[in-house]
Amino acid sequence: MAEKYEIKETEVWDGNYAISQALRQAQVDVVAAYPITPSTPIVENYGNYVANGYIDGEFVMVESEHAAMSGCVGAAAAGGRVATATSSQGFALMVEVLYQASGMRLPIVLTVANRALASPLNVRGDHSDMYLGRDSGWIQLDAFNAEEAYDMTLCAFRIGEHLNVRLPVMVHQDGFLTSHTAQNIHPLSDEEAYRFVGDYKCVDEMLDFTRPVTYGAQTEEDWHFEHKAKQHKALMDSRAIIDEVFAEYGKLTGRTYNRVENYLMEDAEVAIVALGSSVETCRLAAEELRAEGIKAGVVAPRCFRPFPFDAIREALKDVKAIACLDRSSPGGAMGALFNEVSAALYSTQARPMVTNFIYGLGGRDFAVKEAKRIFMEQKAHVDAGHITTSIQQFSGLRGPKLGFFETKRS
Amino acid sequence: MAITSIKNLKEFSTNNDRFEGAHLLCPGCAHSMIVRELMNCTDDNLVISTNTGCLEVSTAVYPYTSWDTSWIHIGFENAATAISGAEAMYKARKRKGTLKDPDAPVKFVAFGGDGSTYDIGFQWLSGAMERGHDFTYICLDNENYANTGGQRSSSTPIGATTTTAQAGSHSYGKKEKKKDIVSIMAAHGAPYVAQLAPNKWKSMAQGFQKALGTEGPCFINTVSACTTEWRFDPKDTIHITDLATDSLMFPIYEIIDGHELNILYRPKNVIPVEEYLAAQGRYKHLFKPEHKHVIESIQKEIDQKWEMLQRREEARI
Repeated sequence: MAEKYEIKETEVWDGNYAISQALRQAQVDVVAAYPITPSTPIVENYGNYVANGYIDGEFVMVESEHAAMSGCVGAAAAGGRVATATSSQGFALMVEVLYQASGMRLPIVLTVANRALASPLNVRGDHSDMYLGRDSGWIQLDAFNAEEAYDMTLCAFRIGEHLNVRLPVMVHQDGFLTSHTAQNIHPLSDEEAYRFVGDYKCVDEMLDFTRPVTYGAQTEEDWHFEHKAKQHKALMDSRAIIDEVFAEYGKLTGRTYNRVENYLMEDAEVAIVALGSSVETCRLAAEELRAEGIKAGVVAPRCFRPFPFDAIREALKDVKAIACLDRSSPGGAMGALFNEVSAALYSTQARPMVTNFIYGLGGRDFAVKEAKRIFMEQKAHVDAGHITTSIQQFSGLRGPKLGFFETKRS
Repeated sequence: MAITSIKNLKEFSTNNDRFEGAHLLCPGCAHSMIVRELMNCTDDNLVISTNTGCLEVSTAVYPYTSWDTSWIHIGFENAATAISGAEAMYKARKRKGTLKDPDAPVKFVAFGGDGSTYDIGFQWLSGAMERGHDFTYICLDNENYANTGGQRSSSTPIGATTTTAQAGSHSYGKKEKKKDIVSIMAAHGAPYVAQLAPNKWKSMAQGFQKALGTEGPCFINTVSACTTEWRFDPKDTIHITDLATDSLMFPIYEIIDGHELNILYRPKNVIPVEEYLAAQGRYKHLFKPEHKHVIESIQKEIDQKWEMLQRREEARI
């Protein structure tokens, strides 16, 4: 029986500490992990709980991130709660097994402290790793601050382990900006947290010897397609469960989350769509501009996968100009958020103007001033009746301006 | 009924089988003999992981499975880690009291071919051995990437031809020596490491039982003659394996706790390696006069290795 951990109503935790506490409270059975900046403190904190008797489960420190996720898959198939943490290169090394975890429908929780992908080597936060995971068949939840990282981690277990979902879930927080920034956090008591997460429900466990199971079979053109279609349907159908879990968590904590978080959007004329810690920056900018009479609002996908096509369309259908902010090098295309938001908006009557900003790569600072400038640029598009800049621009880049593609609507 | 109480092969052949015969392995493939023997040498429950390879693609093609036990395959490299995870989950659940049948005896076993064991999964295997999980890893060593059509692995012996280390007008096949995986695994300090062969089925069953009965990470390298890539008639699998063990190309021995070496089979009449090589198509080119020196060097290596094994056994250190 684990030792009792003393926890106060208000704690000052950074994102990593908050996540490690959520893992402890969820009474995870197996954590298999490998350290990497900036997610390392999650497993260090967890190691501290293990060393001091706060954990009943197993803590397996493996020799690589690929092995970390492999161990998680083996553990989850054996029927129990499983979690790990990683960032960046470690995430990239895990990718092969991420697809295998979701294909086997194992509800593993992976907390990601988002960080840039090399080369050049960079330890700071951007969303390259988060974007790398977007086709892996995992649910991806996005925390914008440390308290949300705690909240999303607890919700992740409930969502992934739900009998109608059974999918692995990633919880994203921005490396350093969230993972290493302390703030006031209002955690649940251990009892409340565990009651919310609940006991793990075994499905097809390898340790029920009366009913042996086969995991990771081979399928070729005869069955592979049907399996992948079922997996996609499970992801799409998880939207209702995510809403349900968020609503229940809201009742418990007063902190209610949505698959898309809208801020000052009711009468918004211009909007920014963003992910991660920049959402709060954009919200501050929108507030300041509102005081100046600009109808600015912010739309933020809380749930990056399954992509909230429906809720995004609903949130933005009456807006006139929208800037989509992508914190990942787009590699010869438009940013992913731009593409997905544009696709959602293409099926609206108004088809608002949408532009794309690549920003904040490798942890480049993104401040309220720049968010305000982007809002004002949207306002200029509205006033002109067409996009007055390149459709894709780089924000905060040193040297000459970089932009691609002009509008054909002027 | 476990194989411990079985007197002869005829009786074994009628034994209750946990590895179903309707699999897709080649006729004459030794993999199924080895796997079947492992699964039937214990009455305990088994949780098995398998790396990608011939065994995996031939035994779990949806919606069928040959495994009458719990079984998992993730990728080419990570069966040792998959079984680590399952074993860790077993320990956690046993402690927490969430197992359906906490008293049911269970053993954790991982299978891999030489490609996944010696090459792509080497790090994963090393990690699992170092961490000390209670499991047995069995390498089905057929000395090449047979599942993908016979490419070289670091287990392929010097002089064998493979599609990526071919014999030709300028080459006698693979130039590099076979990696000594048994020594490497013993150097991890594993409590039980052995090299076994399916022609010596009693010693193989005993070795498997020792490994399963030993707490901690155990490793067994088994020679698995490959009719397709070694190029011999499928009916000759055991004959070829006899030549392998009697020429001492594959000495049968165990290493306990990383140091105590015991030879488990001493051929009454050691045959020249030439006989073993001559029985297989993959060594055919070595019998050209210009490559005779390769056969000589293989024989020399075998003699030196046998000398070393005997001395280590005698030394008891």
